[in-house]
This record gives sequence, structure tokens and C-alpha cells, in this order.
Amino acid sequence: MEIQSLFQQLLQQLVNGISLGSIYALIALGYTMVYGIIRLINFAHGDIYMLGAYIGFFCTTALHMAFFPALIIAMAGAAITGVCIERAAYRPLRKAPKIAVLITAIGVSLFLEYGGMLVLSPQPRTFPEVFPDKIYNVGGIIIGSQQMLILATSLVLMVVLTYIVQKTKVGKAMRAVSFDADAARLMGIDVDRIISFTFAIGSGLAGAAGVLVGVYYNSIDPLMGIMPGIKAFVAAVLGGIGIIPGAMLGGIIMGIVEALISGFVSSTFRDAGAFAILIIILLFKPAGLLGKNVREKV
Amino acid sequence: MREKRKEDLMIFAGCLAVYAAVQTLMATGVIGAYWERTIVYLCIYIILATSLNLINGITGQFSIGHAGFMAVGAYASAVLTVKFGLPYLLAIVVGGAAAGLLGFVIGLPTLRLSGDYLAIATLGLGEIIRITILNIPYIGGASGLMGIPKYTNFTWAFFIMLFVLFFIKNFVNSTHGRACISIRENEIAAEAMGINTTKYKVLAFTLGASFAGVAGALFSHYTYIAHPASFTFMQSFNILTMVVLGGLGSMSGSIIGAILLMWVSAFFASWPELRMVIYSLVLILLMLYRPQGLLGDKELSLKMFGRLGGGQRGTSQGN
Repeated sequence: MEIQSLFQQLLQQLVNGISLGSIYALIALGYTMVYGIIRLINFAHGDIYMLGAYIGFFCTTALHMAFFPALIIAMAGAAITGVCIERAAYRPLRKAPKIAVLITAIGVSLFLEYGGMLVLSPQPRTFPEVFPDKIYNVGGIIIGSQQMLILATSLVLMVVLTYIVQKTKVGKAMRAVSFDADAARLMGIDVDRIISFTFAIGSGLAGAAGVLVGVYYNSIDPLMGIMPGIKAFVAAVLGGIGIIPGAMLGGIIMGIVEALISGFVSSTFRDAGAFAILIIILLFKPAGLLGKNVREKV
Repeated sequence: MREKRKEDLMIFAGCLAVYAAVQTLMATGVIGAYWERTIVYLCIYIILATSLNLINGITGQFSIGHAGFMAVGAYASAVLTVKFGLPYLLAIVVGGAAAGLLGFVIGLPTLRLSGDYLAIATLGLGEIIRITILNIPYIGGASGLMGIPKYTNFTWAFFIMLFVLFFIKNFVNSTHGRACISIRENEIAAEAMGINTTKYKVLAFTLGASFAGVAGALFSHYTYIAHPASFTFMQSFNILTMVVLGGLGSMSGSIIGAILLMWVSAFFASWPELRMVIYSLVLILLMLYRPQGLLGDKELSLKMFGRLGGGQRGTSQGN
């Protein structure tokens, strides 16, 4: 009996972890794509996720939209923001030292967070219930319809992304630029346009994740992007930064580990678990789970 | 060599004069309580910024977990004074040693990483330190360690800052400092020249961490409370920003960066959200128009430092 209930709890945490992890995966995809293409840890990415949540919030409350139109508009809004940020803050620094770009990214992130506090007020807001939450009980394991919605939406978005990257011309160009930007430019690819496109897709995914989190946790605030942003980055590193399937895998693993820690140890150690994974992976396989080791040449 | 010593003495004399002036102004009440606080914080942040500069700027290892070491120093020293009633100076030394020891233990494995990976690892480690502290009831857990005696005043902060500045300055000008700079310039070439790169990276990291611990000790004995929320990665970013703003690898740059940012936050303190927006805009604009930082060129700034002296510049603009 003891073992059975333990097993049941384990499965329950797995279900929770996978739905949380698919959100991390969506954010991690943006990190990994941007890193893959311009080698920048885009610290502002978590805040674009926050903006997505707020756009979704205003679409559903003020404009009384249904879930899916709100999701699309939030994605579009986040994508536009992402492209604008890239154009205004990162593009002028293409040739600057890497640390300057990193600091700019931190600056943009602070700007969005505290600008958000100034404009949107620091009070958390309650996300309306746009999707009725039905609880299903499958053999003692509780699965909410919202969890299924999150998983389904993320899966669809990931399939679309994989299609774009692998099958379309733009996707081919993206892969070429991330492989070698100079060679790609010589082949006639407009590198700046491809970078903008990458930011648009990555930010759109983050925006979608924001709306999904709003629906799931019912509460959004201007600083909500900090922790998920960093954890999603950890997820991207875990899977192998720059590798798209790696981000998905890393996100899911992060979600599961976090759910297991909060379920079996203590929720106060949840964040430490995420960072412990990061340190372990960096020490033993810095290229990530799906990455290949590249030897440094003199 | 003798000329160098003479120069150092002159800088030291200048610093004493600045100290006397500021202390008199504080005693006569020309500098009010609010700006007195700011100046003490400024001294603490100068220690933090120059010690981070030792790791990031001089040795070229990109660490963004400095707040974690600051936390270790803050808590270790506070435990000594609160729980055991030991003297303050001993508490500061132990705080610095504890942070340095942790820096050594952490640095040994992580400094094999480089660039972004090291950055993200140190960020993670800083957070792990904070979360661990959060979960130890003996030192207050989430509500913080309260009732810390207020031992820090301007004199303590100033002279410890002076000690740290001279220490780092002499370290950078020593054989060891040169070795660290060579690692920054080209790690593979440095290794080929027979420099034990791991040793020097860990050495710089340990030193930087222990000075952060000293700053943490000063900090917790000024605010009465050591709270985990003071040591988040926002704090690390804050210190990093000071260093980069002033110019990586330039010690006087770190001091100026610390002064500038402290001034911005003190000036806009009544509008906290607007303050952060302005802070971030300053950051973005500076990076867009001067990505190498205010003092920019590292060689020039080092020479400038030799001429003008870090400590003197720092405090003469601080009041």
C-alpha cells in the first residue's frame, strides 16, 4: 500500500512536471535559437514572456477575446517587441565586446521589468479563467484540462517550429547563419533579416508561454519573468545550447525535476535543484545532453 | 621601486585628508544622515566592484555570482558577533576567510569553464548559496538574521576599503597580477609561457570572493539584519554593472562606476520604479555609445590609475 501510494505520487508529480516543463521548453527554445545565432544570452527573454502574459491578459479582460485569438495576439505582440529590442539594442553592438552586449541585455531586462511596474503597476493581476478547468481522475492521478491544454499547445508550437526550421527556406537560412554567419552572408543570405526573424520566432514562443502560465497559475506580475527566464536558460544549457530538440528535452527534464523536488523534498529547494542541475551539467558535459564537444584550436 | 613607494605614500596621505574632511563634515552635520548612509554604502560597493573587477576585468573570468560570496561573509561574520559575541574585526576576517574558502572550493571545478558557461555557472552558484541560507533555520532562514550590532561606521568602511584597494593594486602590479592579466589576454599563450593558469584563476577568484565576504560583513553590520533578499542575482548584476560601466580591467573605472551608480540610485531614491527605469536606460545607452565602459581602454586606465590613484579619486568624488 505504501509503495503504491508512493508510486501514485511519483506519477502525479511526473504529470505536473511535464506540463510545467513544456512551458520551460517554450521559453528555452527562444534562448537557444538566439544563442545559436548570435551567441548572446538574451536576459530580456524572460521579460518578453511577461509581456506576452500581459497582452494575453488585456486581450481576454478588456477585449473579451477567447483563448486562442488572445494567444495569437500575445505571440504577435511578443514577436514585435522582440524584433524591436534586437534592432534598437543588440544590432548596434554586433561588433562590440560580448560583455557589452550581455550588459545591454541585462539593461533591457531591467527596463522591461521596471517599466512594466511603472506602467502596469506592481500589483499582481488575476488572469481570468478563459478555459474551464475540468479535473480528470485517471487511476488516482489527477490531470487537469488546463495541463492538457498547455501540453497540447506547446507540442503544436514545437512541431510548427521544427517544420519551419527544418523544411522552409527561412529555416535553412537560420541554420546556415547559426553554423557560420560569414559564410552564410557570402552565400547571399541577409543575416540581419534572419536574426530579426529568429528573435521574432523566439519571442513569439515566449509570449505563448506567458499566456499559458497566466492560464495555469491565474496570476501575473511584472517580475514574473525573472525566475522562469533563468530556469529556461538552464534548460537550454542542459539540452545543449543552440540545439532546438535539446531545449525541448531540457525544458521537460527541468519541469520534472522541479516537480519531483517540490513533491518529495521541499518546495523551498525547488530553485536550488534547478541550479544544481546546471552546475552538474556544466561540470560533466558542458556541451549539454545533446551537444557535441568541440575541441579548442590554438 | 622607491618612487613607487613614495607615490603610494602620497596617495595614502591624500586619502587620509579626504577621510578627515568627510568625517568633519559628518560630525558637523553638513553631510546629513541620508548621505552618510550613501557614503558608507559607497565604500562597501567600491570593495565589491574592485574585487569583482579582479576576477572579471583583470583575470578575464566572467563571474556573475558575487552576491553569493557577499552573503557568506555577511552571515558568517554576523553569526560570530550575534551568537558568540566575538569582536568585530575578527568577525570581518572570518567573514572574508569563509567567503574566500568557499570561493576556492567553488572556483576549483568551475573555473575550467569559460565565457558564457562560467557566467551562468557562477550565477547558479550564487543562487544556490542564497537558497541554502534561506533553508538554514539557525541563521534565521527566510526571515533573515536579526539583531546584528551596528558596528560599521564611516571609519571602518573607509579604512577597510582603503586596505582592499591597496591590496588589489599591489596584487595587480605583482608577478601574480601580471600572470592574471596574461590569462585574460590569451589563456592558451599564457599556458604555453609556463603560467599555471588554473592556479592563478583560482587565486584571483578566491581573493575576489574573500573581499566580497569582507564587504558583506561590513554590510550586515550596518543594516542590523542579514536577509537573503539582499543577495539575489540582482545584487550581482548591480556590482557587475558598476565594473562594466567603469571599464573592465580598470580599477579606477570600477570605483567611478560604483560612484556613478550609487549616485543615480541615491538621487532617484524617492521614485523607486522610475529609478530602475532610468538606471536601465543609462546602462543601455552607455553600452550602445561606449561599449568598453567609461574609462575604456584598459592600458590607458591602468596608467591613469598609476598617476591619479584609485582611493583618492574614489572618495574625493564620493562626498
